[in-house]
Amino acid sequence: MQDLLRRYGIALTWLCIGLTFFWLVILVVLPNFTMLESSFRPYIAQSEIGGPLDFYSLGNYMKIFGNEVDFSFFGYDFKMPVRVKVFYLTIVYSALVTVITFVMSYPLAYYLAKIVSPKSLPTLFLLLFVPLWVSEILRSFAWWIILALKGPLNVILLWLGIIDTEIRWISGFSPVVVGLVYTYVLFMVFPLYNSMQSLDSNQIEAAEDLGSPWWRTHWRVILPHAKPGIASGAVMVFMLSAGSLLVPSLLGSTTSGWFTQTIQGIMMDGQDWNTGAAFAFMLLLVCTIFVSLMMRVFGVKLSDIAK
Amino acid sequence: MNQNRNILFHLYMGLFLVYLLVPLLVMGGAAFNASKLPTIIPWRGWTDEWFVALWNDNRIWIAFRNTILVAIAVVLIAVPIGTAAAILINSISGRVRAILYGMMVAPILIPGVVIGISTLLFWNYFSIGSGLHLSVLGQVSYIASFVMLLVLARLQSFDAGLEEAALDLGATHAQVMRRILLPHLYPAIGAGAAISFFQSIENFNVTLFTRGGADTLTVYVFSKVRSGITPTINALALLLIIFTLGLAIWYEISRRRRERIERAREDEGRRAEAAVLTS
Repeated sequence: MQDLLRRYGIALTWLCIGLTFFWLVILVVLPNFTMLESSFRPYIAQSEIGGPLDFYSLGNYMKIFGNEVDFSFFGYDFKMPVRVKVFYLTIVYSALVTVITFVMSYPLAYYLAKIVSPKSLPTLFLLLFVPLWVSEILRSFAWWIILALKGPLNVILLWLGIIDTEIRWISGFSPVVVGLVYTYVLFMVFPLYNSMQSLDSNQIEAAEDLGSPWWRTHWRVILPHAKPGIASGAVMVFMLSAGSLLVPSLLGSTTSGWFTQTIQGIMMDGQDWNTGAAFAFMLLLVCTIFVSLMMRVFGVKLSDIAK
Repeated sequence: MNQNRNILFHLYMGLFLVYLLVPLLVMGGAAFNASKLPTIIPWRGWTDEWFVALWNDNRIWIAFRNTILVAIAVVLIAVPIGTAAAILINSISGRVRAILYGMMVAPILIPGVVIGISTLLFWNYFSIGSGLHLSVLGQVSYIASFVMLLVLARLQSFDAGLEEAALDLGATHAQVMRRILLPHLYPAIGAGAAISFFQSIENFNVTLFTRGGADTLTVYVFSKVRSGITPTINALALLLIIFTLGLAIWYEISRRRRERIERAREDEGRRAEAAVLTS
């Protein structure tokens, strides 16, 4: 602080502080605080605000219960409120997407970090970056075309004789998972690559020279070293998936509700901003819990994740 | 054994690239198909009618203009904020730094839906209604984090002694900032501006909740896909892909050229040093 004053003088120091203050307080902290505050207030007419009906309660949060539907869990059937089910399935399928992207990315990151010759690396990266520069909506739209009932996938599978009749791909959660994996897989590849790249290749060779089979080398040498990358990739993919609205809306059907869609319905169709705030806060809470969990499990700090 | 394994890896890399790129090709190809629905099979012959339809679509032009205006506004606000925040956090240490850093990184991890709703509710408190101005503020709140991270990384390689020297030689504070610190940060600031621009163009979640009635490209495409789909969207997609690809390649080429120049300069410096030492 003193340092800043001495180098740039009072005016510029205050400018830096002012801009940072504007960002963190006006754009981040206060809006989130407002959201939290209004999530406890009822949704009432403008004229009644401040009146006897305007008091804090958990009413908005309770709206997640109600409208019970059938739900089966490992063979057990029971009733469950529809929004709780959507909330729960959003978390489960986001976690599934995270796991799938990790399995897909691990060999690729290892290949990029340790096997491929450094000369072809820039070209490969440029190719990998192409989809990243294409916006999310177009990437899920591409899968919408591919998975359509009369789309290329069905036509090719029919032609190959693998299937006899067209399959309705767009139903249930599988197209959503396919879309999310495709859209976010690179957010797993790059952190993994970054963390593996810093591993000294001599360590791998040493392990091999000492007779370690390849799987043990990965388990004991490479995976532990890649921990910060795994944490960072998992956090990014999970957050983006759970928070995605585009992919589930585009590739989902009536049988696949996503929690963001619930929020959108409440905010836009229902115009009930207070309940919307409550549900948005729940989503934020889940994401916060997931980040803390990842940081705890992999023993990394926030600064490692942000790399 | 090792050779075989490498072949498998090469194969996997190839398959992965196919997996990434084929959907984009399918989407682009459908823009030229004379079929009423966006698909490549069955192929009903080449046509440019979707590009003509796109050209004649007025709403898309408005959406395009809005997108660009929002992106420029985001760059103009997020870049100074991110740079200032990086300079500030670089000059402090200890617990305060850790807390501030956490607060600065957190917006990246907040779901866009939450940012959109919280921004909407907060400004509504002051009777400022929804519209693209709120989209700008919502987007800045997390895009500034990217700029901050980029500039902070660049600051690590900054030699603070240069500023000392300038101050000793009588430079004013503004001169130190403008002539010494900022030029060193320009590459990071440039990269930050580019990333801010693209992040803003691609943004959907924040914009959807804050936009009011205005369209941006992503929101417009979204509403199109939900209602009546014609391959016009594919034509737009293809143009966008070509545009972003062009920018990406241009950025990559200029980055490599800069790197080459810098390396050449360093080599020159080393040779000069060596010459001085040996003479």
